Parts: sequence; structure tokens; C-alpha cells
Amino acid sequence: MATITFTLNGKRKTLSVDPQMPLLWALRDTMGLKGTKYGCGIAQCGACTVHVNGVATRSCQLPMSAVASQQITTIEGLSVTGDHPVQKAWLEHDVAQCGYCQSGQIMSAASLLKTTPNPTAADIDGAMSGNICRCGTYTRIKAAIHSAAKK
Amino acid sequence: MKTTKTNLNRRSFLKASVLSGGGMLLSVSWFTTAQGADKLPAEALPLPWVELNGYIQITPDNVIKLMCPNPEFGQNVMTSLPMILAEELDADWKNVVVDMAAHDGVKYGFQFTGGSQSVRAYWKPLRQAGASARHMLREAAAQAWGVPVEEVTTKAGTLSHASGKSATYGEMASKAATITVPKTAKLKTPADFSVVRHSKKNVEGKKVVTGKPLFGIDYEQPGMLLAMVQHPPAFGMKLKSFDASQALKMPGINAIFSFKVFEDGSERGMFETRTFNELVAIVGNSTWEVMNARKKLKVNWEPAPDFKEVLNMRGNKREEFTPGGLESTAAQFAKMDERAKQPATVLRKDGDPETAFKNAAQVLERTYTAPFLAHNTMEPMNCFAHVTADKALFVGPLQAPGLAEETLANRFGLPKDKVEIQMTRMGGGFGRRAYPHYMVEAGVISRQVKAPVKLVYTREDDMTYGIYRPMYTATYRAALDADKNLIGFHVKGGGIPEHPVHAHRFPAGAVANYLAEGWEIPSNITIGAFRAPRSNFNAAAEQSFLDELAELMGKDPFDLRLDLLKQAKANPVGKFNDYDADRYAGVLTLLREKSGWDKPENKAKNRGVAAYFCHNSYAGHVVEMTLRNGQPYVQKTYSAIDCGVVVNPDAARNMVEGAVVDGIGNALYGGLVQKEGVPEQTNFDRYRMIRHNEAPQHIEVHFVQNDIDPTGLGEPPFPPVFGAVANALYKTTGKRSYNQPFGREIDKRI
Ligand code: FES
Ligand code: FES
Repeated sequence: MATITFTLNGKRKTLSVDPQMPLLWALRDTMGLKGTKYGCGIAQCGACTVHVNGVATRSCQLPMSAVASQQITTIEGLSVTGDHPVQKAWLEHDVAQCGYCQSGQIMSAASLLKTTPNPTAADIDGAMSGNICRCGTYTRIKAAIHSAAKK
Repeated sequence: MKTTKTNLNRRSFLKASVLSGGGMLLSVSWFTTAQGADKLPAEALPLPWVELNGYIQITPDNVIKLMCPNPEFGQNVMTSLPMILAEELDADWKNVVVDMAAHDGVKYGFQFTGGSQSVRAYWKPLRQAGASARHMLREAAAQAWGVPVEEVTTKAGTLSHASGKSATYGEMASKAATITVPKTAKLKTPADFSVVRHSKKNVEGKKVVTGKPLFGIDYEQPGMLLAMVQHPPAFGMKLKSFDASQALKMPGINAIFSFKVFEDGSERGMFETRTFNELVAIVGNSTWEVMNARKKLKVNWEPAPDFKEVLNMRGNKREEFTPGGLESTAAQFAKMDERAKQPATVLRKDGDPETAFKNAAQVLERTYTAPFLAHNTMEPMNCFAHVTADKALFVGPLQAPGLAEETLANRFGLPKDKVEIQMTRMGGGFGRRAYPHYMVEAGVISRQVKAPVKLVYTREDDMTYGIYRPMYTATYRAALDADKNLIGFHVKGGGIPEHPVHAHRFPAGAVANYLAEGWEIPSNITIGAFRAPRSNFNAAAEQSFLDELAELMGKDPFDLRLDLLKQAKANPVGKFNDYDADRYAGVLTLLREKSGWDKPENKAKNRGVAAYFCHNSYAGHVVEMTLRNGQPYVQKTYSAIDCGVVVNPDAARNMVEGAVVDGIGNALYGGLVQKEGVPEQTNFDRYRMIRHNEAPQHIEVHFVQNDIDPTGLGEPPFPPVFGAVANALYKTTGKRSYNQPFGREIDKRI
């Protein structure tokens, strides 16, 4: 067990946890934030994507020891009322089918738009190809990212 | 009449809901308003719901709650089914809240999400429920105002009379609830639809994009333990012994024990599977602790013998044999090759195919194969269970609550009314969640540890303990006379462990001499529903065979299909043709036009077409392909669909787009390979899924406009994608692909 202090969705947080435990399970099991999803556990699907200091990161492969003093943002903290431009664009295009992958897709897209406010199709492919959607919503996601870029 | 006060306190709300006999709430969800807002405006609460029937409740201030009977797995039923109710009720969609019903067989029937059945099966009952509630409201207004009921009109949740009198549904709800439910009520004509056929946003959209805990894997209860199961590493193996001494010393671990999923000797019911019937459960406080303890668990496995069991499909009993042994994909293909040469069961025969082939001037013969496919729903299998001596609660992602109830009641020796099942949103299903073994497992574990338990599979568990799309093969033969007329058609298909042949589908009925045959090889690898498992193989094989046939006959691929359909219509061969030749041809004609198939500038493109009928609907696609870094890439697709009335057009388009992407992915990359019973792919590092950069830039979807009652959309657009991809690949590479996944033939690394 280790005591780890970090910032979660803008608030300081101190946890006493196994330093090896991935952030994903600390979020879901310890802190009760279920928006970040488990899909593969090996950084291959993107369902667990959060922002670490603003950068899209797979939380399933990030041990709590590496989270100390970092700024973590999850889907629950992306915006206070769920009106981040990416979230709005997702609703406008009614992107979701089952919806399970979408927290991760949204977090990847929001991080992309921060560094690349006007992404090309190739930029989107580059930033998003780590996020699998079994329902096949990729084409809508692409359109939604373009819309969000205009907001 | 039942009027229930509810308030902001969740617990008492839950209780009130149950008492009202109305819809049960999933304890993880709050209402979903039709606009997708998180919750009702606070001033609208507390809400005294008045229940008009099992599907409809109304408050005095005119908030209308519509129950969705079927579980949601991304096909958008939580929006489209309530839309059907709202249409006939004449409700204002803005005032509608939607709630997911718990399982209640008496009220809602089977509540089965699968087989493209939700909208098709509930279309009439929901229209009736909406129309009869509307009638009761009109009757109430007529009595209150002293006017004939015929003179009371409705519009967007308001009742009015020519005299100037008017009232909201909410104001009349209590009185309406005292009116006798009419036996039948007049339904609208499609021309009058104002909700149905008008796109509505996903009612849970806002919750999805804000990460609300909607899914089974998100569900929690106080005091709940977390469980995982260890299954044999290979199909054909079973538990011998285990040593949990080290694992039990790990932090947070509560219990480790072995158990039988189903009791020995029990009959196997519908959707029940015996993939691995004895498992080791690891139960602890949290996911991470259980995962760690699992690594310390020592288990010995041994070969499983052959076994026989009785299958009981709702009263229809037969014995089934499952062989022991460790199977490998390469050997399975060899075995299929051998078996294909032996005689098979004749499934349909028209005319004299033997003579037609003997007299043929030319015979085209091609053989197609496909591997096992894993479902890979993004949310792995999981279920919450709390089972005690006298009752059981299950909460989780499942497709077939009506059938699961029977399985669970039998397994736990409880009357059905003591088995409560709540359905969460599913992170994908594709058929996989119709198999309730994981619910049984959760229940057995809960009963053993005497606590509420959530069972969760890791991705590896999910992929290697599967109910896969079967392995298939089929040989197609066509006989042509000297003038290149098609005089005979023969399909002989087989599979492990079921054959794929739909004997009565196109081109049956269009060819005078026709033979369809099937054979099967039993296996201990479990298989099942997978977004139309047989159809998605057939559509690849048959549609790519027809393409090759068209080329041999010197015909345009659209023309060949349309000519055959013309014959099937004018002069059908045989009596049992499954399809409607006009609807089939209608889809092809629309597709031809919308894709600009005949335009000279498109002729040079690498385009492939396929169209298929399954699960009562018709779908066709044109896909346009290029080579990108030596690998096939589908840039653009066009789809035409006839599924009757389209309830929610934008959501329907989304589902077709998804089927196109999913179809391209599975056709090019999908496949599970076994070596000595061990799946080689265990996670997404080795099981290749289609990704963003491989999805088309442009997907265009068109629906045939007609007033036919909805015929289903979940499956139908998926199978023909495989065929269209195969045909476009031929244009792109100059070589025909006969073995799925096609990508692997081009590039072994795929
Ligand atoms: S769960 Fe982390 S990438 Fe899949
Ligand atoms: S919406 Fe279902 S996995 Fe992406």
C-alpha cells in the first residue's frame, strides 16, 4: 500500500492503494467512477482512455505509482454539465450505438483537438485508431470530430 | 387504478415502483427524458404516476413515462420502441420519459433482443398499447365534458373538443385509468405518422457521452463481492484439481472454489451451453485483487471425454453428442475437406439437377471457407447476482430475459416469480448475450458465498470462453448450357458443428434444377448466434459465386440477379421460397441507381456488389475499394435496405453504417484459430478488429419507402457486406478470394 496524491477532475485526491494497481481499477472500484471503461487491459482498445496532464492515456496500463502529482481528467470531469464541444458534437451526430467505447473515443478526440484544433482525416486516423468500436461508429465519430473542431 | 407517490429519494422510489406493479427501474439509471437530459426538472417531482397500461404512465402535469420492453444493445430500441407507443398515444415526444422495463413475462412477453425481432415483434403490441391508452383518455374527456367520444380529438398530448374544451393527458389520466381497457383500438394509418419515421435522438445519448454507469459491468450494490472464473485453457479439457492455498493468502480474497455451471445430467434448454461446465471461482473485494490472486491459483486440467446429453428445446427433445479431444484449425479444415466429399443430407431438390449437370456445356464450381469468429463485444460478459434460498436477483447485460428466467428458475430450484431479472444497457451483444451461462455462474457463486456478487470476465476470458460463429464451408456449382443459360444450381455446405445452408433462399426458386445439401461435424467448441451466423457466411460465398457466374455468363452482376429474380417471380420453382422476389429486386434497383453503378466514370472503379435476404429484410451494398500500402481498403459504400417502415431513420442509418464497418472488419480480418483446443487469439493484440483508419470515409444508406410493417434491421445489412467486399477485392487485386478472412490471403500478417 502506498499513499498517492493527485488531482482528479480538478480536485485534490489522496488514496491509499496498491501502487501497482492500474488507474483504471482505482477509478472504477476505489473511487466509483464508472465512466472509464475496461475493454482489454493491455492498451489495445482505448475504452479506458483518460487525460493525464491533458494527454490521452490508457488508464489500464498506468500504475497508480505513476499517477502521483499528475492531473487526471476522466469523462466525468471533461465538462461540468456534459457540454464539452466534443460531447455536444457526439449528440448532434447521435454517434453512439451500444455506447460502451464512447467515453474512450470522446477522451481521445478531446485530447486530439487540444493539440490539433483543425485535424485532417489523417490526423483523426492517427489519434483515434487506438480506440476500437465493435459497433462500427467510426464514420460518425470522424464527422463529429470535424463538427467539434468548428465549435 | 394504481396511483403511486414517489419522491426524490431513490430507495423509496424503487420501492414505490415495484409496488405499483409498474416498471422497475434499474437501480443505476434515472429517468431518461426523450431529449436526453439527465433527469426530470426538479419541479416535476415528486411524481404521482398513473398507470394506463403496462407500458404507459402519466403524471397530472403531463409527463408521460413509456416503458421499453426489450434490452438495449446499441440497436436503439430504447428510443424506437417508445416512439411506436408515443405515435399511437399521440404523445408529445418532448414530454416523454423512457424507462427500461425489468423482465416481466406476463406484461411484456419474452423481451428478446435478437434475431432482428425487437421492432418486428413489438410493432403491433406497442401500437395497440398506445392506441388503447389514447382511447381511454378520450373516453375520460368525453365523460367529463358530456360529449360523444368520437368528437374528442387528440394532438401532442392534448385532448380537445370543438366546443373549445381542452385538457392535457395528465389532467385526464386519473379518470382515464378507471375506464375499461378496450379490446382493440383503431390504429393510425402510416400517412398520419408524426413520431414514427421522424428521426429522434438516442434517449440515452447524454448519459453515454457523460459516462453514466449504464452498463452491467458498472452495476454495484452495497456489500457486493467481485468474482472471476477460471476456465480450462483448451476446448476439450476439464478440471482435474486445483490448489488455492497461495491465492487465498492474497489480499482481499474471500473464497476460491470449484462449481458446476449446470448440474450433471440436467437437460440442456434453449440457449444453454456446456462450454466448460466446471469452473473455479475466485471471489474477492475488488477487480484488481481478484486478478492478482488468480495468478497464484494452481489448476490442473485433464482431457474431457466424449459426452451425450439431452437437448430440450422448449419441449422438443433430442440427444446430442459432443466429442472429446483437442481440435486444431488446420486439422479441422482438412476434416471438412474430407467430409465434403461424402454424401450429405438433401435439404431441397427441384427438377433433375444430376441430369442438368451431366448435360451441361460448362460447370462452374467453387469452394468457400470461413473460420470461427469471436463476438468481442466491447463490454466483456458480466452479471450481478444475489441468490438466496427463496429468491434471486440478477442484473446485467443480457439479450433473452424470457428464456434466461426459465434457465435460472430451473438451476436454482425457484419458482419463476422469485427470479427477478433486470436488464442493463449492453456494451454490444451480436447474439453473444443470449446465452445465460454467465448469469448462472454469477448465481451459483452468490449462493455459495451468501452475498451479492458481480461476475466479470476479463477480455481473455471473454475471447477464449466463447460461443463462436461456426466454421463453415460450402461448394457451389452452376451448370450452363451451350448458350450460357443457367440450367442447374447446387450448393453443398457443411460446418463445425452446424451447416450453413438456407435451402429455400435465393437462387432457389429461380433455377429449374436445384439441389441443396448439408452436413455437420460435431465439436466441443461451442458456437451460436452471431449477427446472422449462417447468413453472413452464405452471403459471402453465394454472392461471390454469383459474381463469378455473371462474369462467366458475360452479364452485369446486377442484371444476373435481377434476371433470376424475374424468373422466380414469373415462374417460381418449388413452393417454399423464403423471399419476396419484388422486394429483393427493389433493393437491387435502388442500389443500382443510388450507387451510380452504370455511370461510365464508376465502371473503372473497383466496385463490388452483393444483396441478400435474411431475418425477413432485404439489404444490398456496393463497396468501392483501393489498395493502400498493399492492403485492401474500402473507401466508400452505398447501401439499400428494405425493412418495411423505418421507425427511427437516423438511428436505422447508424445501425446500417455499423453493419457495413463491422462487415468489412470481419470479412477482411476476423478469425479465431485453435491449436490443440487453445485459441491463439486471446485479446485485441492478436485478434484484429477494424479500426478508425480502416473504416470507409463515406457510407451512404438508402431505404426503400413502403408501408410494410417493420421486418427487422439488426442482422440483414451485415451479411451482404461480406459478399460485396469479396467482389470488390476481385476487382482490386484481379484474384478471387474464397477463404475468410480475405485479408489474410493477401497479406499473411493480417
Ligand atoms: S482497457 Fe485500456 S486500452 Fe483497452
Ligand atoms: S458504440 Fe458500441 S463499441 Fe462503440
